[in-house]
Amino acid sequence: MTEKLAIIGSGPAGLTAAIYAARAFLEPLVFVGPAFGGQIATTTEVENFPGFPAGLQGPELTMAMREQAEKFGSRMVEQVVEKVDLSQRPFKLWTSEQMVEVESLIIATGATPRPLGVPGEQDFIGRGVSYCATCDGFFFRNKEIIVVGGGDSAFQESLFLTKFGKRVRIVHRRDEFRAGATLQKYARENPKIEIVPNTVIETIQGNGKVTDVLFKNTKTGEKVKSDVDGIFIFVGHEPNSQLFAGQLEMNEEGYLTVDNRLHASVPGVFAAGEIHDNWFKQAITSAGFGCMAAMEAEKFLAGQEQTASEPTAVA
Amino acid sequence: MSANTFAVTDNNWETEIEKSQGLVLVDFWAEWCGPCKMVAPVLDEIASENTGKIKIGKLDVDSNQDTAMKFGVMSIPTMILFKDGEPVERLVGYMPKARLMQKLTPHLA
Repeated sequence: MTEKLAIIGSGPAGLTAAIYAARAFLEPLVFVGPAFGGQIATTTEVENFPGFPAGLQGPELTMAMREQAEKFGSRMVEQVVEKVDLSQRPFKLWTSEQMVEVESLIIATGATPRPLGVPGEQDFIGRGVSYCATCDGFFFRNKEIIVVGGGDSAFQESLFLTKFGKRVRIVHRRDEFRAGATLQKYARENPKIEIVPNTVIETIQGNGKVTDVLFKNTKTGEKVKSDVDGIFIFVGHEPNSQLFAGQLEMNEEGYLTVDNRLHASVPGVFAAGEIHDNWFKQAITSAGFGCMAAMEAEKFLAGQEQTASEPTAVA
Repeated sequence: MSANTFAVTDNNWETEIEKSQGLVLVDFWAEWCGPCKMVAPVLDEIASENTGKIKIGKLDVDSNQDTAMKFGVMSIPTMILFKDGEPVERLVGYMPKARLMQKLTPHLA
């Protein structure tokens, strides 16, 4: 049986698309993917999502969106799409457990944290190296923490990590920071936070778990070893578009190319959220994009039905 | 907790894991962990499909920090497979059922 619409991704974009599509009776299949809720689910305090003046937790927000999507008939599939064929309709999607055929597709696979790419990093993921303060901060009570990065995430998560760590050092390769002024002010005023500018990590070392890093000063070239228990890395994101390489147009950085109604380069395929948006990157903008993509998918499918019924009418 | 899994705690660790015979997969999880919520139904399925071959225990790291610390758990979900009380496999992060089974099958034989 050919499904009307599949949505890949379960962050604010995917779930908002699911709410709108379900309310249009498209009975969307939502492939939840490897990380339910997307990036917002790894955020602690969400204070700028309209309608929640008291703020709420990232996971709470996505669980509520999921409930709302399911209420209207979205079907959540706890699987990861591993292969797609978009060369003709119906499109084909494969997970490790099944193949499904769909008339239209909304891609809301988002972006994932970019690794530093230094020796030792991969070896110690889950043993001191982390990309998610909410998930792993708990395990660094009274420990030495390093946060790498100079943007909003680095500062915001550093503030969160002061709840756990003995000391939190923000290490950044330059002496200027992209983080917003308010966040920087909070961090500078926090007695547990130390800012270490003009510094990069050269290697991460350990024995079963992280024990120390080698810092290099980017101005003087001086290298120094420093003991640490947890390293949290916030140095940007990479779009999750590898699945579509060679099938959809994307820019050099891998973000999908879309028109202003979120149509991707193949008719019937739409993109929503950080898979195409490297500029706004907010839960609310991703939700908005999800809504747009679902409305466009609905129009596309309605148009298809009309075309399909025309020959019959003529005959 | 589902019918197919059982709660592991600091208190029952010795009897349920250390001194147990056969295979037990212990899932270190917490209420606030999104990926843990995704792993839960997968583990439930695996437990029900492999009754008698493997038991699946769940340890809440919030209330059982001693054991989590002892095994150096620094990210959840972490799943550790014990055979006759000895750790033989360690898996970190969410993985779909097929990949999880790939890791478990060699031990099930």
